[in-house]
Amino acid sequence: MFKLRATILKDVRVLRRDKLGMIFMFVMPMLLVLIVTSMQSSTFELVSKNKVPLLICNKDTGAASRQFIRTIDTLGLFAVQEIPAGQGEAVIRDRLHNKEAMLAVLLPANFSAQVAARTKRLAGKALNSFGLGDSLNGDGGKTGAAGRDGGPAPGGDVPLTLFYHPVLQESFRRSAEGAIYSALQLVESKQLLKTLYFSINEKELPDTLENELLTNRTAISEVAVSRDGSRGAPNVTQHNVPAWTIFAMFFVVVSLGSGIVREKLNGSSIRLKTLPTNYFVAILSKQITYLGVTMLQALLIFAIGVWVFPVVGLPRLNLPGDWAGLVFVSLLCGCCAVSYAICVGIFAETEEQANGFGALSIVILAAIGGLMVPDFIMTGAFRTAMKFSPLHWCLDAYYGLFLEGGKLKDVWSNVLSLILIIAGLQGIALWGLRRKNLI
Amino acid sequence: MSPAMQIDDLSFGYPGQPGLFSHFNLEVGAGLRFGLFGPNGAGKTTLMNLMTGLLATDTGKIRLFGQEMQRHNRSVHSLFGFVPQELSFYQELSPVENLDFFGAWSGMAGPAIRRRTGELLDILGLADVRDKKVQHFSGGMKRRVNLAIGVIHRPPLLFLDEPTVGVDVQTRHAIIGYLRQLNEDGTTLIYTSHQLGEAEDLCDKVALIDQGRIVVHDDLGVLLSDHRQEGLEGLFLELTGKNYRNL
Repeated sequence: MFKLRATILKDVRVLRRDKLGMIFMFVMPMLLVLIVTSMQSSTFELVSKNKVPLLICNKDTGAASRQFIRTIDTLGLFAVQEIPAGQGEAVIRDRLHNKEAMLAVLLPANFSAQVAARTKRLAGKALNSFGLGDSLNGDGGKTGAAGRDGGPAPGGDVPLTLFYHPVLQESFRRSAEGAIYSALQLVESKQLLKTLYFSINEKELPDTLENELLTNRTAISEVAVSRDGSRGAPNVTQHNVPAWTIFAMFFVVVSLGSGIVREKLNGSSIRLKTLPTNYFVAILSKQITYLGVTMLQALLIFAIGVWVFPVVGLPRLNLPGDWAGLVFVSLLCGCCAVSYAICVGIFAETEEQANGFGALSIVILAAIGGLMVPDFIMTGAFRTAMKFSPLHWCLDAYYGLFLEGGKLKDVWSNVLSLILIIAGLQGIALWGLRRKNLI
Repeated sequence: MSPAMQIDDLSFGYPGQPGLFSHFNLEVGAGLRFGLFGPNGAGKTTLMNLMTGLLATDTGKIRLFGQEMQRHNRSVHSLFGFVPQELSFYQELSPVENLDFFGAWSGMAGPAIRRRTGELLDILGLADVRDKKVQHFSGGMKRRVNLAIGVIHRPPLLFLDEPTVGVDVQTRHAIIGYLRQLNEDGTTLIYTSHQLGEAEDLCDKVALIDQGRIVVHDDLGVLLSDHRQEGLEGLFLELTGKNYRNL
């Protein structure tokens, strides 16, 4: 025990003097978690809280186009900027190229007329199918194939054109397109309803009924499915703090891996092998020392999430209710990170190998493990590859506690996987030590 | 009394160099200052690594004070100290911190380590830099730290692989003086070096090896007299030739 204590003391002393290693292990992850969370929070706010600029060039003079623009405005998603009707497609293109906006809508001169024609056709078709005869069309609603299925009339123009900047992400463009369709639908529905009402009752649709029919939507209640039912919607902090804590833990490979190689290269291990103590004590000491480092990292990063984030305007980190579970999972994540670093240190021949391979492999394992890109958007092959990243299992266990409000029993499958990974890495390290004649 | 070190019928080879040693025998009596010399590639370092357990023999036995050398046999490893040619300690630590650690690994308890550390730092002239990081030391000071670590547990047998390489005259004089003192206190020395003048000062018995076999092995005085040589360098060149050794 005295030998182990002396070795831990030596490792702590060496570690304290490794300034670059300390920066990699403590300063860099703390900055990383602050910067990445701030950036993601800004992006999230840009999309969810700020309105997206939308240029509208209305060449139409009818009521439907004005109503459409009002509806777009009331959606709350867009900051509408109208372009004078005299300016056409070329101006839209210029302004999009200048990034004054990412989206633009061009309403053609016959927009209102087309909406009116389309709703008239649909109303006629509806009245015909109700058995009320078609008082609107002399042909009994038979306006051709396009008319029958509600599409544009033959030879008719496309009602509106949506321009977008090519850098706009597909998913965002689809969302914007959906919102514009909703607005268009609302304008058409209003017109259709008025036409039908007038055809049946031979008087105008009352405003109160129109509002009730068109704006009284069924409410959608949003619920984040948490295990304890006590949590609000997860935010960037709840996602980022556990992820970057794990990244920081695994980044001990830079200090620990190169430390083992340095010990092998500077001849210390030669002397150690001639002394009456098993080299396993040296490896055990490093595991204990660096496990302490990983726990300190977790403590510091969680503390930043709880106390520093609110000060800089980021959401506060909500720690899981199951403290014992959090400590246990953190210990397992730390053990996993240290075991990986020990393996790298044992097999690397030079410090450059340990640093280069260690750092690069952690970035790759973090990427495929879902730390940088959410796992639910990964494709099939990557979802399979993800399971080979120890960081994925660590993250999954943390998310079970931080995002789902779970307890240790809820993440037992991750815990079991982590224990197996740790055992595997320790086995490889042991094999490496024997193969290299170190124990 | 058992010899300090005894090699019986040793065979050893590397994968690319089989049969480097074949049926090799050597004995070093307790209390001697024994010098092991030879040209580059003669097998000195390999033999040193075999004697200290860093390499395992293919066949044959190595015994230290009658105990067979085995890699993980703690009691046999307590019997010797090793001062490798490489500076084998932690440059980020001070001499005291290095001695704390290596003392514990040598099987000593805390109070004994502290006592011995103070004593060694005084003897080797490192007391005033005891708490400074070794990485800022001169080459000679680092060599003294390397030596202090090797002898912290007062081993009855000390292996020294070029202990004075790259040091100034003053440091060499101090180190050789301390090794003589250790020997007078009962420590057997097994020493290799290319500094033949220094070896003449220190060793009372020598073996000259070449290509894995012993060329001569006797008291230094007897060898010089038998071969009518005035110094070890002349004897060395007479017995191993003047050609380059590109090994």
